[in-house]
Amino acid sequence: MTTLSLDSVFRRLRETDAYRSIVRHGAASTNRNRSLVVFENLFLHVHPVKVREKTLRFTHTYWLGGIALACALVLTATGVLLMFYYHPSVPQAYRDMKELEFVVDNGLFLRNMHRWAAHLMVFATFLHMMRVFFHRAYRPPRQFNWVIGVVLLLATLLLSYTGYLLPWDQLAFWGVSVGTNMAKEAPLVGEKSRFLLLGGNIVSENALLRFYVLHCVVLPVALLLLLSVHIWRVRKDGGVQGPPEESSRREEVR
Amino acid sequence: MSSLPPLDLVETADPLATPRRVALVRPDRRPAVRTTDEKYVMTFPNLIVREVILFQVVVIGLALAAILFDAPLEGIANPLETPNPAKAPWYFLGLQELLHYFPPVVAGVLMPLLVVLALVVIPYARVNQTAGPLWAGAGPRRALALAAATGAVIALFGLFKCWPIVVPTAAISLAMFSARGGESAGPLRRSIAKVTLPEWIMVWFAVVATILTVIGTFFRGPGWSFVWPWAHAVAF
Repeated sequence: MTTLSLDSVFRRLRETDAYRSIVRHGAASTNRNRSLVVFENLFLHVHPVKVREKTLRFTHTYWLGGIALACALVLTATGVLLMFYYHPSVPQAYRDMKELEFVVDNGLFLRNMHRWAAHLMVFATFLHMMRVFFHRAYRPPRQFNWVIGVVLLLATLLLSYTGYLLPWDQLAFWGVSVGTNMAKEAPLVGEKSRFLLLGGNIVSENALLRFYVLHCVVLPVALLLLLSVHIWRVRKDGGVQGPPEESSRREEVR
Repeated sequence: MSSLPPLDLVETADPLATPRRVALVRPDRRPAVRTTDEKYVMTFPNLIVREVILFQVVVIGLALAAILFDAPLEGIANPLETPNPAKAPWYFLGLQELLHYFPPVVAGVLMPLLVVLALVVIPYARVNQTAGPLWAGAGPRRALALAAATGAVIALFGLFKCWPIVVPTAAISLAMFSARGGESAGPLRRSIAKVTLPEWIMVWFAVVATILTVIGTFFRGPGWSFVWPWAHAVAF
């Protein structure tokens, strides 16, 4: 009687009351419903309903901000999983690295992915900044979003740096010792701020706990807030901006 | 235009006031939709699908990297046993390389502070909004000023024997001056002639930062001596 295709099953599912109570609009087969997909969704509504076709070109943005955001999402997911196996204490922190490697299923994969995503995020964020600069996308009305972006770059560096200590191996300990010794050289506030950061005069168990809290709570929350403002302002300022138009460029010369 | 009524006629602080119907649209302030020839497409699916694909590509790439390469793990932290050299994470090795040439307060505090400050003020500096091609319509005075500025930078870093900065600075200023009068030359010089002063400065910053980081990461061994990258292990 009725042919039962996958398509018809999905269509039937989409018409159920339960589905429509979650997703308020019908199938995205009309432009009206395609608009609703965007502005009836908390996460997608940072986008406008329509975008300039030009901005979808690869060379417009090289998707660098998107790569950095994708890294942030991967880091959150793998980071939460790593937290289940990690104790921020000496020497358990180091033992947990060994547990991840030899005991936990896919533990090493998890740690590897977290580490490479962290490096890629630093790299992508820096390249994103360069792209925005050379496309002059910092011009009005985007000036302040550039400043937020600089703060986000610093937050990314700090997140990566605080995470660097957590394995509590020689690499981590001395990498952080070298870095915090530089902070010590700042006039007036140097010694005090280093003491505040480390919870002591050397990198110790206190420093591990502080870096852990900064890495897993303070900095991610700060990053989430700043990132939300950053992305929201992109929309408010008229979407992503690519290379300057040739005509406007000629105008500036005069 | 002069016949606009004062605002307090139509706006009130009383939340219960019945709104009065007003029409105060100035002809030049109409909220008309800006007309444009540009082509627009629906965000869904055009942009959303691309974002999903991008996310998947990043996840797959990272997963492959995680399968192929293991994150480094050395022996347990030992405050009594300093490795030689003790290196910061790679993104700070440019600064650590500077530490080799400058006193710590300059390399570790002053320079990073200046970099952050310079980055923050970029959108607020007029030159970054208005700059055209560096040599367009420029007289000999600009060439002289720029020669003095690049000469000063080279001399300053030369004084501290900081060759990883001196050499790229000299190379980039050479490229900058070779662009002079290049508007009607071959395609390469023509494209270099389009570069603005802020762009030249950013290129200089990016090149110097990259060179310092690469040297600090791959070419520094015991006692911060020069080594070849294949002569020692590099851990990220």
